[in-house]
Amino acid sequence: MASEAMNKTEGSVNYLNAATTVKSWLLTLDHKRIGLLYLFAISFFFALGGMFATLVRLELVTPQGDLMSAEMYNRAFTMHGVIMIFFFLIPSIPAVLGNFCIPLMLGTKDVAFPRLNLMSWYVFMIGASLMMYTLISGGIDTGWTFYPPYSSIYSNSQVTIAGVSIFITGFSSILTGLNFMVTIHTMRAPGLTWFRLPLFIWAHYATALIMVLGTPVIAITVLALAFERTLQIGIFDPKLGGDPVLFQHMFWFYSHPAVYIMILPSMGVVSELIANMTRKRIFGYAFVAFSSLAIAVFGFLVWGHHMFTTSQSMYTGAVFSLISYAVAIPSAIKIFNWTATIYKGSVSFDTPMIYALAFLGLFTIGGMTGLFLAALGLDIHLHDTYFVVAHFHYVMVGGAIIGYLGGLHYWWPKMTGRMYPEIWGRVSAVIIFIGFNLTFFPQFVMGYLGMPRRYYAYVPEFQVYHILSSAGASILAIGFVMPVIYLAYSLKYGERVGANPWMASGLEWQTPSPPPTENFTYQPVITHEPYEFEHVEEIKAARKAEEIQMA
Amino acid sequence: MNSSSFLFQVPIMPEQASNFAFEVDLFYYFLTALTVVFTVAIALAALVFMIKYRRRSNGEVPEQIEGAMKLEIAWTVIPFLITMFIFAWGAKLYYQMYTDPKESLEIFITGKQWMWRAQHPDGQREINELHLPLGRRVKLTMTSEDVLHAYSIPAFRTKTDVVPGRYTTSWFTPTKTGTYHLFCAEYCGTQHSGMIGKIVVMEVADYQAWLRGAPRDATPAEAGQKLFTGLACNNCHLESDGGRGPALAGLFGTDQRLQDGSTVKVDETYLRESILNPGAKLAAGYQDDMPTFQGLVTEEQVAMIIAYIKSIGPRQPGRSAPGANPVTAPPSPAAPPQTATQTTGSGAATKSNQPK
Repeated sequence: MASEAMNKTEGSVNYLNAATTVKSWLLTLDHKRIGLLYLFAISFFFALGGMFATLVRLELVTPQGDLMSAEMYNRAFTMHGVIMIFFFLIPSIPAVLGNFCIPLMLGTKDVAFPRLNLMSWYVFMIGASLMMYTLISGGIDTGWTFYPPYSSIYSNSQVTIAGVSIFITGFSSILTGLNFMVTIHTMRAPGLTWFRLPLFIWAHYATALIMVLGTPVIAITVLALAFERTLQIGIFDPKLGGDPVLFQHMFWFYSHPAVYIMILPSMGVVSELIANMTRKRIFGYAFVAFSSLAIAVFGFLVWGHHMFTTSQSMYTGAVFSLISYAVAIPSAIKIFNWTATIYKGSVSFDTPMIYALAFLGLFTIGGMTGLFLAALGLDIHLHDTYFVVAHFHYVMVGGAIIGYLGGLHYWWPKMTGRMYPEIWGRVSAVIIFIGFNLTFFPQFVMGYLGMPRRYYAYVPEFQVYHILSSAGASILAIGFVMPVIYLAYSLKYGERVGANPWMASGLEWQTPSPPPTENFTYQPVITHEPYEFEHVEEIKAARKAEEIQMA
Repeated sequence: MNSSSFLFQVPIMPEQASNFAFEVDLFYYFLTALTVVFTVAIALAALVFMIKYRRRSNGEVPEQIEGAMKLEIAWTVIPFLITMFIFAWGAKLYYQMYTDPKESLEIFITGKQWMWRAQHPDGQREINELHLPLGRRVKLTMTSEDVLHAYSIPAFRTKTDVVPGRYTTSWFTPTKTGTYHLFCAEYCGTQHSGMIGKIVVMEVADYQAWLRGAPRDATPAEAGQKLFTGLACNNCHLESDGGRGPALAGLFGTDQRLQDGSTVKVDETYLRESILNPGAKLAAGYQDDMPTFQGLVTEEQVAMIIAYIKSIGPRQPGRSAPGANPVTAPPSPAAPPQTATQTTGSGAATKSNQPK
């Protein structure tokens, strides 16, 4: 589709029009094409996960269960969570934007292991196909957390096959992380020292670390669950001699760091957006860079804060609470530095900056409400209520997805060679912001009132908040559909752009849009730090033009 | 308070109906204010900077600022100190919730897909409801017969996971009469959202009247004694040492030395494990020849046996509860409630602050 649009145009050979057969796409070793393959796959899963969210929000408009059965509802919220987390959020920024940008930003031809990169996509697609099979053959009703003994013994849904699907998909994550780490270590252009790297790279390095170290644990966990379910080996069910809380430890040992897999790349994107849209060096570059690593490291030590009500020992709870506050600090440091970067900048109001601003506001709320949940005595009341639901949607949608969309708009001209319609970009960003807040803000209030998660029917006093939330969700849905339409439209009718439409500083903007297959026709040599806008040729040219106009 | 009166109101905060509610709410207000201050400050700063420093010409490059060490230190240290304060407050509240009160009304809760069963110390049972006296400390000891559940009472600001295979506890003092929601907060399958009920807090006199009218079985300790002989436990666990198993009188609450030299505190969890998996923590000096009772007794029966073992508690003079005389015959089920209260007040789970 994209390549067709490119074919009609004059101009040089690029990665899109170099070859146009289906085979050339399915067997490509080009990191940019693999990024686009992921884009198609995860866009499909985002739409699917969104459909399940729609079912959930529709059912909850009224207190009694009416639209669907309880079995159906439980499957809907489970599939929403599983698809959005394992098949959209985890691969989203790393696999699409990371794959596309990392070699370009490093001034290299490709990732370290191009074949492994293609294999990661196939592994992902095999896992995804199994999840589709799970869905068609009845879905699962355990919640995305798969807590036993419900999931291992009692549930009549397709838990085993879903577990195998997640096991397989995890390898895609591990291989991608491994590839990124080796690429960042070994493939940097001459002169590109660690402290000359864009913050997007630092964030992806931290993410890759978690992917490689954390993902094997979820693989072991779901495998153990599948063994208990199929072979009756007692691991988690006390009736078989197991311990259900053991599962929670193992599950969250991965799944808490996994939320950093989802948010860290988004933080990397926001660093790029803010620096380039304000034409300013990121305030406190080293602090922002190291805070990513701090989050990755501390992120592994906080899993127990998901189990404050499980009657774990009081001292265990206290230690996990303390470390959870430690992990809040690097996130706060980032927020402050980004805000300070805007100060005395040259601020553009284009769509990517609108998204960056939305991220600042929403992620601050998401992060601050995390402080409520890490507080031991307060979490007892808030645990497993809609307060938790609201908190993680503020982080995952308000943080991760907003960052993903901002990044997609920012690099869209680089990926396709055409600009999206700016006015529609801004309108949809504002609609998403409004719809998002209307959907999830009422859930904080409802959660404190005691509305539990995963309820098919509820007591009538919560209805007002559910109606607000469902109304917001329909606005949010409009906001998410709009980019699909105008981005597709721009493939054919979008304005053609040169190498650097944003007058941005990154290495990826110094090669044509779309880039040639080999990325650079010359070997870039880096002589200065990132975000030094004085070196950007387009800015120099624009200045000259302005001077002539003045004269 | 009638729960149907909620219907056309829009509540913002849940009712404060326990000793914890006020402080939890205060903590919540504090954190909310902190969130508002930080979010507004960040959003305002970002918006003002965006407008004030908007791009005025296409070729513009602003003056670059590297960073400022003093600012970095300030916005690392200040949030750190604030979070440490939040941590300390949260930990203090948790400590209060975690520490069992000494004297309390002990109620046994069993979760089961998809209902809550409660048993009062005098043997009254109820399903999906829990009647409580105003102003009395209440301790819930809970377990599940199948999957994970969580016993959540938003008006009390308490919630505890109910886990199969172990006992969890929770305590509170109801401070306001009324009817409050009871929710299962841990997803437990198809009818999870139907596993709800009512907590009814009553004046002490009303509660006493309710106790008299409620369907009543034998007290857990009495029922446990029947099971103890019915399952032939007493053939090995004699009244004094010398049986194939340890004598159980006075054992509860002591430290038991084990075969491997370590010691374990004899609490509900240890007794439960020793009934269901006798070899797991073998008392020093005894053979591993007790059969398991796994599958032969329900969770509620295990709890009854434990209640009985607790009731034959300390026999040494001075350590015993006033008037305790565990070997007296249990009252007949038809005995007037006053007698029943006295008997359990001295012998069974309930301790001396039971209203007379």
